[in-house]
Amino acid sequence: MITYLEAIREAQAHALAADPRVYLYGQDIATFGGAFKATKNLAQAYPGRVLDSPISEDAIVGSAIGAAIEGMRPIVEMQFADFSTVAFNQIVNQAATLHWRTGVPCPIIVRLPSGGTPGSGPFHSQSLEAIYAHYPGLIIVTPATVEDAYSMLLESITIEDPVIFCEHKYLYYHLKAESLPSEALPIGKARVARQGRDATVVTYSAMLHECLAAAEELAAEGWELEVVDLRSIKPIDTDTVLASVARTGRVLAVGEAWPWGGVTAEILARVASEGFNLLDAPPMRLNSKDTPVPFHPNLWGTHRPTAQTIAAAARTLLNK
Amino acid sequence: MLQKPEGSDSTQRAANFSETYRRAYRWMLLARVAEDKIRSLFLGGKVTGGVFLGKGQEAISVATGMALRDGDIFAPLIRDQAGRFAFGESVVDFTMTYIGSRSGPMRGRDGNIHRGRPREGMLPMISHLGAMVSVVNGVLMAHRFQGRRNTVGATSLGDGATSTGAFHEGLNQAAVEKLPLVLVVTNNQYAYSTPTDRQFACADLVEKAVGYGVDGHSVDGTDLTSCLKVIGGAVERARNGFGPQMVVATSLRLSGHGEHDDGHYVLPDLKDSALGRDCLQVSHSHLLKEGWADQETLDSWKRDSISQVDEAVAHAMREPLPDPAREDWCAIASRHLAEGNV
Ligand SMILES: Cc1ncc(C[n+]2csc(CCOP(=O)(O)OP(=O)(O)O)c2C)c(N)n1
Ligand SMILES: [Mg+2]
Repeated sequence: MITYLEAIREAQAHALAADPRVYLYGQDIATFGGAFKATKNLAQAYPGRVLDSPISEDAIVGSAIGAAIEGMRPIVEMQFADFSTVAFNQIVNQAATLHWRTGVPCPIIVRLPSGGTPGSGPFHSQSLEAIYAHYPGLIIVTPATVEDAYSMLLESITIEDPVIFCEHKYLYYHLKAESLPSEALPIGKARVARQGRDATVVTYSAMLHECLAAAEELAAEGWELEVVDLRSIKPIDTDTVLASVARTGRVLAVGEAWPWGGVTAEILARVASEGFNLLDAPPMRLNSKDTPVPFHPNLWGTHRPTAQTIAAAARTLLNK
Repeated sequence: MLQKPEGSDSTQRAANFSETYRRAYRWMLLARVAEDKIRSLFLGGKVTGGVFLGKGQEAISVATGMALRDGDIFAPLIRDQAGRFAFGESVVDFTMTYIGSRSGPMRGRDGNIHRGRPREGMLPMISHLGAMVSVVNGVLMAHRFQGRRNTVGATSLGDGATSTGAFHEGLNQAAVEKLPLVLVVTNNQYAYSTPTDRQFACADLVEKAVGYGVDGHSVDGTDLTSCLKVIGGAVERARNGFGPQMVVATSLRLSGHGEHDDGHYVLPDLKDSALGRDCLQVSHSHLLKEGWADQETLDSWKRDSISQVDEAVAHAMREPLPDPAREDWCAIASRHLAEGNV
């Protein structure tokens, strides 16, 4: 069995072995192996190519951009997605604009350990995919499975643009697969994770598993939910979403991030403007609450959507 | 395209100092003439967007550009026209970017000082001050990974930019990695309208070098001789493995912050002080005094600069402007991932 976290480590090991342009840079990632151990033993296996950085997110990303200009393929780790706000300027103003301004691509990967876990609190729990997706010039991926964590990280290394790799911390240890995949859907294609005829639930990252559990709950009541895993946030595979809504006539978009704007709003905007006539009921969305992410598990468990709240929202949608 | 200036490092060292000085003066003069021209085009409504001049900082900038050689990296900032030319930027890159020509390096997508040719060693500054330091570091880290030895990366900053987090992160990172970075800080007494006493509280910015564990150098930015020696020396030290070098040059900004600003807040005392000397006039007099050039030669250099600039302006005016209908409105390199294509 291999975990989601091990898949990320394996993808980086594979990349280091296969491509001399790849190097890893981030806080505590060398001999220590990273705060989550996503780079465990890689510094030992690839001496000089896995480097500890100072606590300088801006300079971590800035230097990755410079190295990418010179032909390297840096993979940088933010210790937590939340700290990427310190690197925000380099990501959105330097990396994201370089190719458009100069024609020179900027192939860097910024790994963001994202999302909430019990006890993590306001500054170690954020989901920032929508903020980055707002900026032109970036690719945003949000793997929800062990297989995708592996294959999408490997594919990201072949992409000529900056990739924001949102890996979910909640999935790190408990999500397991039998083995690493030998083939994969390309980045940019959504996946129908569960087929159903009554309503479409569009989601991504850790919420996929809550949505699948909700679908199971509703199946017991005789409803069949179709669950679409977006896989990447930018680009969004609108076609797969619309094709599903064409079959079901109903859509619920679910995300762990905050409700104002964001991915679920984008999904509903696209469905409403491009597929209004496919809808049998007003589209719905479900997000976390509009507060910072709380520390205590009692609060945290209610702050974010869960299988129960998703199932409740789906029932409302189905009865409209 | 970047024109590789004649005179690599070794020939430069071999040639006598007067020859280096003359070459430096000519780049400074070309920069001044070019910037004066852009200013008048701006005032005549022919240039859209900002115009930012390096007036009074040509000696510092040219010394930086000339100390670099093929394979080195330069991330110039707003007041670096002289250094850009010395590093190899063509005059048409300058005029075409200000005018916004489709065939210029920035193709009308970015303008004025926000230009570069990253594949040829000149990084295109973004506006955000301090942000280029770590990018230069990354280039130098790449060179190390690739086994490319003896290259140097230089970038410029103002006194104001030393207050940014990016400056701190970048210089500290360079120090930790022992990179051959040369950071040329020009204290021109103002950041836009803000005087230095609202910017920092140390007695002299060069004191910061100690805190980062890097070599610090001070230089009178109005004196070309000192600039060539001190900045040239810092570049050599970086090249020879002594790690990051921070040079603090003092001068006075002899223009507004940009040409939209009359700089009325600049104190008259400063203008009258030694800081307020115009480095171009100082070096002009020096050339005459040392007998390194006579008036006739200086006049011919001026005429030559004017004709180069006029020609580059005419060239840029003939070039097509960006056309929204023909523009490729795609921000990413991997086109298969552009929405609509997936
Ligand atoms: C991070 C950031 N904040 C604000 C600005 C706006 N700005 C542009 S130049 C400037 C003053 C810069 O002063 P200094 O660093 O001393 O350079 P100088 O203009 O004197 O050469 C300011 C405030 C900016 N470009 N970047
Ligand atoms: Mg200043």
